[in-house]
Amino acid sequence: MRYAMAIDTKKCVGCSDCVVACQTENDVPIGYCRDWVVEVMDGTYPQLEMELRSERCNHCENSPCVRCCPTGASHYSEGGTVLVTKNECIGCSACVTSCPYDARFVHPEGYVDKCTFCLHRVKKGMQPACVAVCPTKCMYFGDLDDPRSEVSQILKKRKYKTLIPEAGTKPHLYFLI
Amino acid sequence: MKSRREFLKISSLSAAGLIFGGGILDSIASNLVDTNKSFFKGPYDFTRTPTYCEVCFWKCAGWVYKDENGKIKKIIGNDLDPNCNGRFCPRGTGGVGMYYDEDRLKTPLIRTEERGKQTFREASWDEAFEYIASKMKQIKKEHGPESTALFTHGSGGKYFGKLLKAFGSNNITAPSYAQCRGPREVAFISTFGQGINSPENTDIRDTKCLVLIGSHLGENMHNGQVQEMSDAIDKGANIITVDPRFSTVAGKSKHWLPIKPATDNALLLAWMNVIINEGLYDKEYVEKYTFGFDQLKDHVQRYTPEWAYGVTTIKPQQIRETAREMANAAPAVIVHPGRHVTWYGDDTQRLRAVAILNALLGSWGRRGGFYNPEKAEVPHYKLPAFPKPKKNWRDAMGGKYNLADLALASGVCDASIPSPDMDYAIKGWIVNGTNLINTLPDQKKTIQAIQELDLIAVVDTMPMEITGYADVVLPECTYLERYDALRISQGREPSIALRMPAVDPLYNTKPAYWMARELAKKLDLQDYFPFETIEEEIDWELKQVGTSLEEMQRVGVKKLEREFDDLYFADGEDIEFNTNTGKIELYSTALEEEGFEPMPVYSPHPEPAEGFYRLIYGRAPMHTFSRTANNPNLTDLMDENTCWVNPKVAKEWDLSSGQYVFLENQDGVVSEFPIKVRVTERIRFDSIYMVHGFGHADKRMKRCFGKGVSDTQLITNVMTDPIMGGTGMRGNFVTFRTDIKKSEV
Repeated sequence: MRYAMAIDTKKCVGCSDCVVACQTENDVPIGYCRDWVVEVMDGTYPQLEMELRSERCNHCENSPCVRCCPTGASHYSEGGTVLVTKNECIGCSACVTSCPYDARFVHPEGYVDKCTFCLHRVKKGMQPACVAVCPTKCMYFGDLDDPRSEVSQILKKRKYKTLIPEAGTKPHLYFLI
Repeated sequence: MKSRREFLKISSLSAAGLIFGGGILDSIASNLVDTNKSFFKGPYDFTRTPTYCEVCFWKCAGWVYKDENGKIKKIIGNDLDPNCNGRFCPRGTGGVGMYYDEDRLKTPLIRTEERGKQTFREASWDEAFEYIASKMKQIKKEHGPESTALFTHGSGGKYFGKLLKAFGSNNITAPSYAQCRGPREVAFISTFGQGINSPENTDIRDTKCLVLIGSHLGENMHNGQVQEMSDAIDKGANIITVDPRFSTVAGKSKHWLPIKPATDNALLLAWMNVIINEGLYDKEYVEKYTFGFDQLKDHVQRYTPEWAYGVTTIKPQQIRETAREMANAAPAVIVHPGRHVTWYGDDTQRLRAVAILNALLGSWGRRGGFYNPEKAEVPHYKLPAFPKPKKNWRDAMGGKYNLADLALASGVCDASIPSPDMDYAIKGWIVNGTNLINTLPDQKKTIQAIQELDLIAVVDTMPMEITGYADVVLPECTYLERYDALRISQGREPSIALRMPAVDPLYNTKPAYWMARELAKKLDLQDYFPFETIEEEIDWELKQVGTSLEEMQRVGVKKLEREFDDLYFADGEDIEFNTNTGKIELYSTALEEEGFEPMPVYSPHPEPAEGFYRLIYGRAPMHTFSRTANNPNLTDLMDENTCWVNPKVAKEWDLSSGQYVFLENQDGVVSEFPIKVRVTERIRFDSIYMVHGFGHADKRMKRCFGKGVSDTQLITNVMTDPIMGGTGMRGNFVTFRTDIKKSEV
């Protein structure tokens, strides 16, 4: 089982609903976020192009954060999800620095926090909070090993890219273009 | 279903109502409706409670979830709700912040110094009501009951509206009309005999071509429409966006037409020219359903694409290509009517052009165009007849704006400034859920009107600027802490939704129903509020449509069957439109009768002087006007607005992103606070852009005080629509005041 997410940049309107839904679902304190929206502009007026995308931890197959964690708090979990065990984390921030996607932050309570793919929901058969709330339905989540999953299906149909592939992290976030 | 017993009970009470209707309203106790309250349980028996959102007018229905300690944790959309399909927008998801905002109004307040000084003392509810009631009685005695007006935006308005009607005034108004969608309604009523209303009857889900004129769907998170636009993109629909700014949706469009601001009418007329002259219009539809085609054809001959190029800066080839694109998709095409359309004062005519284009393309009444919405008919409990007002705001308008189908907030404001030309002035305002200081253009005039009043009472959840001018402030609890009237929405299927409290009100705050009823008691109008609690009234209403409060508490939303099978026109169906001619009026007889152009014309608008830029404002998806400006969850996403500046302009003024500047408008008004510059290619060189709803000046709102600039403060030039009195707000120009430093504030 390999969990992955695909985000359709053609549909995302950058409303940040994913950010608020994550905050309320996961009790992320105000001032912090586990996911965020990026706007990339190209061209000069009036020949312009814009890409909007919702980003979060890439749950990489080859995660620098897991590799560099001195205590083993950062680890792979169900479906390849990268998680942090709170009480094993010493807040040294080595993982924060190592992440090429800047997906981690030090929670005010002292441990490192990040996206969990809402594993607590996924285990109950629900979708991650960001996917479930998105008004444009631009996010797809599921198991890459299951060819019938939404995410496998959409990746078969559409062109996509990953972020910073040259980092060799094998990310599990796909952006439909 | 309605039971026989229930029916008898209603009948007997209706009869009682009729007797009381004569004006003898002294038998209060006997008019109280007796209901079985045993199942109106407190909110704590539920793991999730139904609500509909109050953060914007879309009113999506959802569920409020609490944690094990009974604290509100999150709000999630209700899957059954056609307005949201189980998905809230960021504002709805962040609605929890309204409840947790520590700057909320907490107790009734009575003003101690002059209006606008924001100095108050705490008061009891009884004292607050006594103050308002005695002033209302005094105004009634001196000027008549019609001299009290209600400004409202939000659910509580229904009950204050009822109170006002019972008192004898129909000066009940919402800025959402003359400051927003009014011209659209008048234009579509005069063309199709039917307005657009809310949620819009645009069939975006099935459209093949969506044309947006300055409408920034996705930045305005009109939830259902944004969802359907996304579905349409999935299905391969083409989007044509006309906007001087590269909006979010422009980035998703096949064609973006970066039009010169204030020239939209020229483009719309040129599109008609192409569609008619190239024979691209729906001939059968036009022949069968419309009136005035020959006149229209003659009329648009002069508006060629080559002519429009000179006006709009859009190339003739692009005008032709996009017109053909629309015609190819017809009738599954929507030239979108927009929502906030009060721009240049000829807005009704611009929206008439939009309506006419839709008629030519045959999209009205067609799948993928505009559907015919239906709304649930929920009977209201029979009340004594309301007294007939002898005058209203129109009497102060000198015979103007006869085509306005709702009261004008700006008109009521104008009618509050005494003038020798008027024999009647409004003396008392009740303001519910609308921050008029930031809602009505020309702040100076709004404040002048307020200073002339004998009474201003404000009902709000937050210490918005308008509360600073109030004689009495009534703190309303948030929508998460109260029942409200049922949401009865139009749509493909009629639906009703329930809002009930998830938690008890924090602080000394109360719901609108209770406030209106307590005020009614003080004014001897209690017979208009026969139910002691709102739950009983809602339960009575729900039972008339075959459900109950008990059921709605469990489901939240109920879709009702359509009464008529007329979502779209049937092929070749004979249809009588509600216009003078019974046809879709390309040539408007109603406008002609009132002395206006029966067909839209292009007239040029003022342009910015050297060194000035047109002030364009809009929405951000995470905020609703100024209502959300202090919401902790939403300010976390966006806590100030920025001033979008084209790189060429930035270079000229030596501005860089992140720098703060003050703005000054054409009338010498300097923004109270500075705004952060955002240098971006996304805006034209002749305009600047900012999101509306920032630059708050009331210190009691700690998170948003002084953050960004209030566009409203800079909108001092109002271009009034002569047809319906809409306040055009896009004729204002600003320049940069880099000489004032941020620390000088």
